[in-house]
Amino acid sequence: MGVGIRTRDLRKIYTSPPPIAARGAAFGAGFSFKKKKDAKTLNVVALDGVSLEVAPGEVFGLLGPNGAGKSTTVGILTTRVRPTSGDAVLLANGAGQIDIWQDQVRAKQFIGVVQQRPNLDFALTAREILVFHGAYFGIASAERHRRADQLLEQFQLTSRADDLTRGFSGGMMQRLSVARALMHDPQVLFLDEPSTGLDPQTRLMLWSIIRECNAKGKTILITTHNMEEADELCDRVAIVDHGKVIALGTPAELKASIPGGYVLQLRFSATPSELIERLKRLPGVTEVRATAAGTDIYADRGGGLIGDIVGAATACSADLHDVHISEPSLENLFLHHTGRSLRQ
Amino acid sequence: MNVTATSQMTAESSPHVAWKTFSALFARDVRVARRNIVTTILQTMLQPLLLVFVFGQVMTRSGMIAASYKGMLLPGIMAISMTMTGVMAVAMPLIAEFQFTKEIEDRLLAPIRIEWIAVEKMMAGVLQALVSGAIVAIPARLLLGSGLNLSTEHLGLFFTIAFLVALFSASGGLTLGCSVGQTQIGLVFSLVLAPMVMFGCAYYPWKALESFPILQKVVLLNPLVYASEGLRGTLAPVYPHMPPMVVIAVLGAIDAVLVVTALARFRSKAVS
Repeated sequence: MGVGIRTRDLRKIYTSPPPIAARGAAFGAGFSFKKKKDAKTLNVVALDGVSLEVAPGEVFGLLGPNGAGKSTTVGILTTRVRPTSGDAVLLANGAGQIDIWQDQVRAKQFIGVVQQRPNLDFALTAREILVFHGAYFGIASAERHRRADQLLEQFQLTSRADDLTRGFSGGMMQRLSVARALMHDPQVLFLDEPSTGLDPQTRLMLWSIIRECNAKGKTILITTHNMEEADELCDRVAIVDHGKVIALGTPAELKASIPGGYVLQLRFSATPSELIERLKRLPGVTEVRATAAGTDIYADRGGGLIGDIVGAATACSADLHDVHISEPSLENLFLHHTGRSLRQ
Repeated sequence: MNVTATSQMTAESSPHVAWKTFSALFARDVRVARRNIVTTILQTMLQPLLLVFVFGQVMTRSGMIAASYKGMLLPGIMAISMTMTGVMAVAMPLIAEFQFTKEIEDRLLAPIRIEWIAVEKMMAGVLQALVSGAIVAIPARLLLGSGLNLSTEHLGLFFTIAFLVALFSASGGLTLGCSVGQTQIGLVFSLVLAPMVMFGCAYYPWKALESFPILQKVVLLNPLVYASEGLRGTLAPVYPHMPPMVVIAVLGAIDAVLVVTALARFRSKAVS
């Protein structure tokens, strides 16, 4: 079976400082602080009406900068942050449904969570972490030992299975966190910034694990501020900023929604102003920008422009030395919607 | 309509699973406590045992303190050990788990009401406090030697009081663990626990404070007073002590307040 998620108009106003996990690395980046004059209480609007529908079996991405409200959304969906208003439910193929906040105990049986910061039980060994997690979910002893062994093997942790996890590297901790989340075979997997701080190799491994889970019919909700990750993994992406969804669709749809999504980074032997003028007049070019490294062209196509560019350069007796073409990206999209770069 | 999905979505939530979850949480705490037993013993029992040696042996043998003082010490040392163990066993890991390492998350995500997680923590604390009381009694008894005037006539009352003391320490530990920040631990220990131990009537009976009438009233706010007096009154009744029934009533009331407070603090700490 597949289990989907639906939220309606979720709002969250923190009246005390939000938990570390929901703050992101740079707390305050996206929050608006409003101090009430009379009560002197903190009023931090973290979510401002988020309505989402995640289909069973979908990989859904929440993309946004630190402090956009991604972790708060995950917190609400995983019973860890109480919404100020709105509702959140788990849906089984549109039939059975569980209100996450009315019936937390049942909801928790269907979800697996990988938090942004590793939160492994430091008092236990890697194997014990998995086995106890299975026990918390009522899995019989033989079965939970079998599953633990299998996951340790799959996540390449068998050699360290009986060590306490305090000395594990970040990548190992993250792998174990994912293994733990999968221990009770949840229908919905939440991954909050799963690849933050991982080396490229571990990240690729994580991605293949996520794809594998999804192939087994699991619904996956992933938060990230990494374009590549969202693009690579997600069926659909919601771009969030200041606690609101500002764009929603498949990565391809989203990228197609902005004009002149291609960026061509060029380097010429010389760039006389005549060349810039000629480039600006080429069909499909929306902007030409001189940068420290060379010349950037924003256009609605990529490779198809190269012939024209070479022609313009030759006419001004300049040589084209280097070309780099970026396809339309979610990064560009975020810039387009907010006027800010995601990394800012 | 997907029948299997719906039935699965309703079927799994049963008291059966909740009980399994609860016992698994408890098993986890027992496993960790067993693993840390040596450090726990050193942390909470070494000091009381040294005190036993200094006051029970050095001072009495040299004649600076009457030998009858020895019997006074044992119940007091048990009260201190149980209280400290319960508070430390529950509060210390919780402070770290909630604030820095967030380790508690995997248990908060277990399919059980979060209040039960708090209850489980207290149960594990009670168990550890009781074990600590039993463990410290043996070397203390050996260190003190003969002539303790201990009584086994009131064992029923003794165990009732021992349980209430253990519950007080565990619920107090949970309240503390959910209220104090990591940076304030040191302050709490020197400002709260140290005076609590010194004015806990563990090393002297409450009656001995008669010459300090104000202090004698003030220390009544200290739960350790009832713990020491109660254990003394049932284990070594020849020494002055409060009536055990009064002790049971007061400790029962303290426990009730602390359990309710601890549950509320835990709930607000667990969900933001």
